[in-house]
Amino acid sequence: MTASVELPPKLSELVDDFSGLGVKDRLQLLLELSQELPPLPGRYADHRDAMEQVPECQTPLFLAVEVDPEQTVHLFFDAPPEAPTTRGFASIMHTGLDGESADTVLGVPNDFYLALGLGEAVSPLRLRGMAAMLARIKNQVRSAR
Amino acid sequence: MPVPNDTDSKLSAYAHPERLVTTQWLAEHLGEPGLVVVESDEDVLLYDTGHIPGSVKVDWHTELNDPVTRDYVDEQRFAEICGERGISRDSTVVFYGDRNNWWATYALWVFSLFGHPDVRILDGGRAKWVAEGREMTTEQSKPERVEYPVIERDDSTIRAFKDQVLAHLGKPLVDVRSPGEYTGELLHMPDYPQEGAVRGGHIPGAASVPWARAAAQDGTFKSREDLEDIYQREQELSPDDDVIAYCRIGERSSHTWFVLTHLLGFGQVRNYDGSWTEWGNSVRVPIAVGTERGSVS
Repeated sequence: MTASVELPPKLSELVDDFSGLGVKDRLQLLLELSQELPPLPGRYADHRDAMEQVPECQTPLFLAVEVDPEQTVHLFFDAPPEAPTTRGFASIMHTGLDGESADTVLGVPNDFYLALGLGEAVSPLRLRGMAAMLARIKNQVRSAR
Repeated sequence: MPVPNDTDSKLSAYAHPERLVTTQWLAEHLGEPGLVVVESDEDVLLYDTGHIPGSVKVDWHTELNDPVTRDYVDEQRFAEICGERGISRDSTVVFYGDRNNWWATYALWVFSLFGHPDVRILDGGRAKWVAEGREMTTEQSKPERVEYPVIERDDSTIRAFKDQVLAHLGKPLVDVRSPGEYTGELLHMPDYPQEGAVRGGHIPGAASVPWARAAAQDGTFKSREDLEDIYQREQELSPDDDVIAYCRIGERSSHTWFVLTHLLGFGQVRNYDGSWTEWGNSVRVPIAVGTERGSVS
């Protein structure tokens, strides 16, 4: 699927971790990731309107993207605790892409998430939120440059 | 030994009070032999973040649907799903879940296709249980595997297919989607992903009653009186009517199916699970747009 394209190292590591597990353990890993999503810094926590909503996720997710002068991408996410799957998806993006260069982020294949093998564990329909998240991150990176 | 019914006074006003239990009743009966509590959520991971002690999880997407054909699991698979969760044919199964029990009623409806006799909903679902500060655990439940008989699914009583809906035109239909989906302005739920319907609108003649109108602020079902106001007085449906409910893929409408059948005592209600993702993609079926119910000429 995406094997020929090189993913950023941490994202690639996550893909290896997920694809090396059975279906049940993939869910467990996603749950652990959902618990590791960092809290919002104050400048967003108090200003949710400065974030973009990702309505394609079943539970609305809020997203903010910053590109610093060195062209490094910083990602911020917010989703309620009662939406662990959405938080898990956001955490995959955060772990895999935060701190990478704008070019690297823009180069991530839009269908990279297929390689995580989560379709079977969470259903393909639920996975659409992850595709939308990446598309919106890329759009924001492009407009922030 | 059968698990007793909840004799709570709010519940006793409903047509079939034995189909509901209160959080208080469940707290008092947890762990009783013959009782299995099933959590069914929209979010596939929510159960794993904490659940009612001893409860088991059934996921609508990955477990109740056939992985290949657009259909529910077959009788063998259903027997396995139940058996491995410690559910036997005479178990009392209490369903609860997130979002006003949306997915809990869906799971209950699928269990009803297989005729599981004693199925009940926890009134108020997960949100009420949590709001009341009742016990939750992340400890994995380890139910003892039991034998569940292989029982043929009955698709003729509470389930409707497209051809049956076509033949039903002119009789009562309830569209339980959001107003924007009903008029045809939206092809999917507000804030939800597009699930691929090429045409918008509703089935001609369908009344628009968004499903969540049946839920109160705290996630419990509205009182019998309030439900009669909505479905019987406002929408002029009658318990003797032959009614078909639908939504987008048949999940929200299973909530309305539960309300009409078990809370208001309607005798003949079917859920059209093909719903708008089938109807809105079908060639030459009639469609009405706008706020009027429309009719078939």
